[in-house]
Parts: sequence; C-alpha cells; structure tokens
Amino acid sequence: MDRRSFLAGAAATVPMLVAGRVWAAPKADMRTLVVFLRGAYDATNVVIPVSSSFYYESRPTIAVPRPGSGAADAAVALTPDWGLHPALKDSLLPLWQKKQLAFVPFAGTADDLTRSHFETQDTIELGQPVHGTRNYNSGFLARLAAVLTRTKPIAYTEQLPLVLRGGHGIPNIGIASVGKPGVDDRQAKLIEGMYANDALGSAVSEGFKVRDDVYKTVSEEMAAADRGAVSAKGFELSARRIGRLMRDQFNLGFVDVGGWDTHVGQGGSTGYLAGRLGELGRALAGFAQEIGPQAWNDTLVVVISEFGRTFRENGNKGTDHGHGSVYWVLGGAVQGGRIAGEQVKVAQASLFQNRDYPVLTDYRALFGGLFARAYGLDQKLVQQVFPGVAPKDLALV
Amino acid sequence: MTWGANESTAAEFVALGRDRWLERQLHPGPKDRLPAAAQAIINGLPIAARPLTEIAWPLTAQQRNANQIPDPDQKKTLQQAFQQSLNELGRQAATRSLLRDLYSPDQLREKMTWFWFNHFNVHLYKSDIRETVGDYEEQLRHHALGHFRDLLRATAAHPAMLRYLDNAENAKGHINENYAREIMELHTMGVGSGYTQEDVQELARILTGVGVNFQPPDANAPKLDIMAQPDHVRAGLFEFNPARHDYGVKHFLGHTIEGRGFAEVEQALDILARHPATATYVSRKIATYFMSDTPPDALVQRMAQSFRSTDGDIVSVLLVMFKSPEFIGSLNAKTKYKDPMQFVLSAVRLAYDNKVILNAGPVLGWLNRLAQGLYNHPTPDGYPMTAAAWNSPGQMATRFEIARAIGSNAGGMFKAPPPDTAERPAFPQIASAFYFNAVQPTLSQATRSALDQAGSPQEWNALFLSSPEFMR
Repeated sequence: MDRRSFLAGAAATVPMLVAGRVWAAPKADMRTLVVFLRGAYDATNVVIPVSSSFYYESRPTIAVPRPGSGAADAAVALTPDWGLHPALKDSLLPLWQKKQLAFVPFAGTADDLTRSHFETQDTIELGQPVHGTRNYNSGFLARLAAVLTRTKPIAYTEQLPLVLRGGHGIPNIGIASVGKPGVDDRQAKLIEGMYANDALGSAVSEGFKVRDDVYKTVSEEMAAADRGAVSAKGFELSARRIGRLMRDQFNLGFVDVGGWDTHVGQGGSTGYLAGRLGELGRALAGFAQEIGPQAWNDTLVVVISEFGRTFRENGNKGTDHGHGSVYWVLGGAVQGGRIAGEQVKVAQASLFQNRDYPVLTDYRALFGGLFARAYGLDQKLVQQVFPGVAPKDLALV
Repeated sequence: MTWGANESTAAEFVALGRDRWLERQLHPGPKDRLPAAAQAIINGLPIAARPLTEIAWPLTAQQRNANQIPDPDQKKTLQQAFQQSLNELGRQAATRSLLRDLYSPDQLREKMTWFWFNHFNVHLYKSDIRETVGDYEEQLRHHALGHFRDLLRATAAHPAMLRYLDNAENAKGHINENYAREIMELHTMGVGSGYTQEDVQELARILTGVGVNFQPPDANAPKLDIMAQPDHVRAGLFEFNPARHDYGVKHFLGHTIEGRGFAEVEQALDILARHPATATYVSRKIATYFMSDTPPDALVQRMAQSFRSTDGDIVSVLLVMFKSPEFIGSLNAKTKYKDPMQFVLSAVRLAYDNKVILNAGPVLGWLNRLAQGLYNHPTPDGYPMTAAAWNSPGQMATRFEIARAIGSNAGGMFKAPPPDTAERPAFPQIASAFYFNAVQPTLSQATRSALDQAGSPQEWNALFLSSPEFMR
C-alpha cells in the first residue's frame, strides 16, 4: 500500500497522541532525508528563469541558453517560465516527469540577512528565531525526532551537525569512509565499561552500535563490487549507501555536500558548477534507486542551501552571496512536477535590494508544512519543532 | 598549554618551576629546540631550505610550459607533474608542522600557530595554496606570540589568503567582496558586531588591487602609467597593483578613507585591529581554545581589556588568562574536551615521547578521519572549538580505532616514506614513571578496572588512550 492510497483510505484515522508524541500508523512511517548544499549553490543557474530576458542580460557569460534555442547545451524546459540545468537532465528530469520532484523558488531565511555562510547555515540548522539567544544544542531535526516515535535519526557526516544536536545519543557516521572495525567486541565492551558513569556513555555505546550496523550494510556493497558491479564515486557513493541504510535501518537522516561557493569561474551549461550538479543529480537518483520503489513511496528528500547568490554575475564569471534560493522536494509520494510556493516574475524590479532573489517562502514554514503533512503533526507539535512559525502548506506530500 | 603532557615536558616543567617554565613558553627563543632527529628531517625538506619565491617562480614557469604544449597527452602528463609538485609541497609543510607540534619544547608557540592558522583559515586544496601554505604557516608562527595587528597584516598580504578568499580577483569594476566580508566576520570583529553590508562593500573597494604575482618582477610587471608607479608594491608573491585599485573616497566604519593606494589597506587594518569588538572576539576565542566551551565572561573582559591597552599584544592577553584563578580552575576540573588534533597529538606524544616519527602520513590520516585534517577545513570559519562538534557517537567510535592503532603498532609512523622505507620500530610506553606519578592517581575506578582486564601491553595502551580521562 503506498502512502497516498493509505491516506485516502484512512483519512478518518487521527494519529494517536500520547504524551505529546505522535504514534504514526504502521507501514506509514515516513523517511526523511535533508540534503544541505553548503556554500550557497547558485540556484538561479539550476532552476533557470528561462522566460526572463533580465536573466540573460544579467549573466552575459554564465547564463544557460533557453530551451529550444537550438543550443546543444540548452536548459531543459520544466514550465514555460522555468528550465532545468542540462547537467540534471539524465538524473532528475525522469523524477520530474513522474511528478516526484518539485522545486520551491524564492525560498530561504526570511529573517537572516547576514549573507554569511556560517551564520545562515547555523540559523537554518537551529531553526530558531534569529533574534534573541540561540540554543546551539537544539537543532530542528533533533526536535522533530523528539516529537515523533520510532524515529531512528542519524547524520551521515563525520561530525554531528547542529541540525541533529540536542537529541538523545543521535549518532553520526562518516558515510564516505566506512571500514572494517579494528576494535573487537571484547574491547568495545571494556571501553563501554569505562564510560558507564561518564557523560559520554550513551554516545560511546551508540557509536559502537551504529559502527556495526553500518559496516554490515557497506560490506554487502563491497561484496557486490567484488563481483564486478560498477562502483559509484564521491557523493553518489555516499548517497547510495544512505539509500540502503534508510531502506533498512534509519528513517530520519541528514547529509551535507560542499563545493558550491562559486565566486570565480563557475561556468554555464558546462564547467565547474555543471560538474557538481551532475554528481548531485546522480547521487539523488542513486539514492532513490537503492532505497527501492516501496520505501521511496514513503520517502521525503529535501535539498536546501543557506542562501542564493547574486542574480547578476560578478566580475570573475562567478556569483557572490545573495539571499533567496530554490529548494528541492523529492520522493515517491511527492505531489511534484511543479514549481511550488509563492512566486514573482523574475525581473529587476522584483530583486531583493536590487541584487538577489527575495525570500517568499521561509525555510521553517516550508519544513513545518511538509512535516505536518508527512507525519500528521498538529499545530502544537509543529510549534515544538519551529517555535513561533506558521507552517505553510504547499500540498507537496 | 601543550599538545599533550609527556615525560619530557614534565621533566622541563619540574626543572624550571612553573613560573620560569611559563615565561619560557611565552618567550621562546628564535631557534627551534627540536631533538636532532626531528630537526634533521625538517632540514631535509626543500621548503625549509628555500624562500617562497624560489619555489614559486620555477613552478609558475613549469605550469606555463605545460599549458602551452599542443599535444594533449603530453600536456596532461606535464600538468599532472605540476599537480604532484604542489602535493609534495603541501605534504612537506604538514610534515614540518607536525614535527614541531610533537617535539618542540616550546609547545605554546606551536599551539598558538595552529590557533592562528585556524583563525585565519585557508584550505590546502583550493587553487595553488599547497604551494604557499608552508610559508603562510611560517608567517603565522613568526607572529604567533606577537601582535594581532601583525598577524592581520601578514595574512592580508599573503598569497595563500588572497587566493583562498578570492581577493586576488578583486579589482575596480570587478568587485569581489568575499575577503572583505570574512575579515570582519571571522578575522576581527565577529558577526553581529555592528558592521553593515555597506562596510563590507567599502572594505572590498579598499582591497581592490591587493593581489598576487607568481612571476619574477622582471618577467611580469604590470604596465602602469608614470603617476601610478610609486603606488605599486611588490614583496615576494604579493603585489598591490594600482591599475586595479579603486582610488575613490571610501566610508568605512565611520571613518573617511581618502583614496591613496595600499596605505588605505593599512588604515583599514588599523581600524579593525583596534576596534573594541575585535579585542573581545579574539579574547573569547582564545579562552575557548584553552579553557572550555563557555569561558567566564568576566575573564574574557579582562583579557579584552589587556588586548586593548597593549594594542593587541598576544602574550599579555595570554598572561591574563594563564594567571587567572578561572584558568587554574579549568585545569583542575578538566573542563576542556580534546578536539581531534589535541587527542591524536597528545596520544602520540604520550606514547612515544621524543622517539621521533619517520613518517607523518599516519598522523595526518587520523586527523582527516576525525574530520580535523591539517590545513583541510574547506570554509574560512575554521574548525569549531566546542566539544559538541567532536564528541558524537561516530567521532567516539573512530577515536577508539585510532587509540588502538597508536597504542599497539604505531600505524606506520616509524616506517620512513619511499624511497627509504626503512622501518625503525618503536614501542609505545605509556606506563612510565610520569604515568604512575601524575596520571594513574586521577583515574576512575571504572577505568582502572578495564585496564586491569587488558590482555596485552598493546591492549592496555589502546584502552588507556580510549579512557574518559584521556579525552579531557
């Protein structure tokens, strides 16, 4: 039973609330993966405002040609107004055509205007009001995990990111570098014993457990590779591993991928950014393939970045720090194949401070709306994840 | 104050007494006091024997030559050779850095060198930074216990920083504000300290023309008209090119800066180095580095006061901290959780003391596995200094793997890299007199009980280096 038909058939079923937690119905457990493009990817050259002559005037050397312009490396038409970067054609266009992929333009941080990578990444991961004291030990995915039951959260990163801090023993694993453990079971027990009364005790126990679980999954992949399977590289390899882990073991995940801060020589249809996009597209398609068709129907992938980049190219054939971005929402049950959320015509007059995309959809409102639908959270529980935020329901799931 | 206690450090501390030892740490002599074996390795590194220009100029010629070859295969081979030269230079810098960290008796200078590198972070793998990173670190080390203003100036005129934050591309009419923003946000005042987007834009204008030139002065001098020539600055690979500079008047942090060339940059750096927000921001970061995630605000204010009254004299700021009751308290309470750098280095220092490693590769590899590789933080914010970044379940499991390697078979540290490849095996010795006198009495019952169950000396070492006590 896929999620949509389940919801249709069980529309009257209200999620059971026990002590402020949602007991999601069996088999309808959602899987959520948040992919953070660190460095502020140039959204304007990925989901391209192809009907805007202002776009082509503003980017004389890095614009991607209009669909149907005859150029071999033109943008791929999504709607009359928007086109997709050609580096994503093979990987993500099929998902768009299956209506499993939507883009939310003019998205970002409504209240953080620092244009600082680090500041704004922190802002998003914490998901707290910008003004006032921040709690750096309370990320929004950790708060989501706390209001749900049966969540198994994990960060597929070498360090535990802010977004998953503050939960109870939420694990992380550097997914790109998994090897056979050298510390054996007996030694692991002895080490756990040393930490029995230590504040790090639960982290230590969880670390050994996750290490063993992940190694088991990855050793299956290694066995497959030994039989001649083509092995993926870079972020695609990581995403495929994540797909298998989220099929079997974890249902709330976070991963980040860097290399998007394109101040200089970013390229257009080809070049540096195109290369990064190609890898990202293959990674997401690989993730969907590995998690498998059944789990994919209950999976939500959200791709975000801290902000957009300047609408106009700079003097170095690159772009500088901007404001509004474009977020991606993917999954088997996503109501996609559309550009979602509030929009304005892309023109000089609609730019924020005459340089960037404005933010019309706040990241918290978007996530709040997605979580409310995906997990059946009521207003009160959404408020626990994003205090003071009115969720925006874009009907994406 | 060190990269980890060991028998040698303890012996010097006892011999000199606390006050004289501290004095020596704060005022190390100009010469390294490294063990002969470590000094010999450093002396054998080409980067230690030649100034940066003599390394860079031939490489630039090599690169230009490669790019002009018409045959694609031959071109590719030459370009790969160029990249390998860069990799080799980066590796040499890292080797020198680690040898000093592990074996210099002047530990505070090395600790502060790492701190400043992290504060003025550059990333090894961007552009040609592998070529300049060794010299960059040398400059930071030279000023590590000097004045903040000199550190700021050294970084602002260094090709590694100018490449890393794209200021080498910043020119009149082609503004790139990346470096201008990070100077204020990360290097001096700190985010949210009162500067505006306009200040960023004005500083970017001040910084136009501040760039690099990787060729000898006679080979690639910019064409300048006679009026602009006196403003032209060349020093090593640094170049201020008046033809790329915006000579208009700027308004920066409430000051009016008349257009007059590189002197504008000096004026802007003065303003930033003397800004009260800078004193507080840098002092808090130093206290966080040495003491705890949340250093006492009163102490930070006293350090900042010292920063302001001494015009950013780092030794004065450090002294305020080291002599404070809060600092002594933080040592006794062990409030500082080791980051991976401190964890790995303290383990190697404790286990092998002054037995000098022959190969830095394994140590560099462990740091990378723990996500704190040397020169390997891609973004300019540097590595985080708080415990939460480094004590997650995944981090802990990886630490135990590395503790096992260091405590049992040295992980290849005592096998020279090719072409030598001689192995001079070394055996970790943690259970020394230092251990029994200074460490063992502080261990918990749970740790002692686990150590008692060790099946071999190697396992005992691995367990000790994995213990909760060793993580702080």
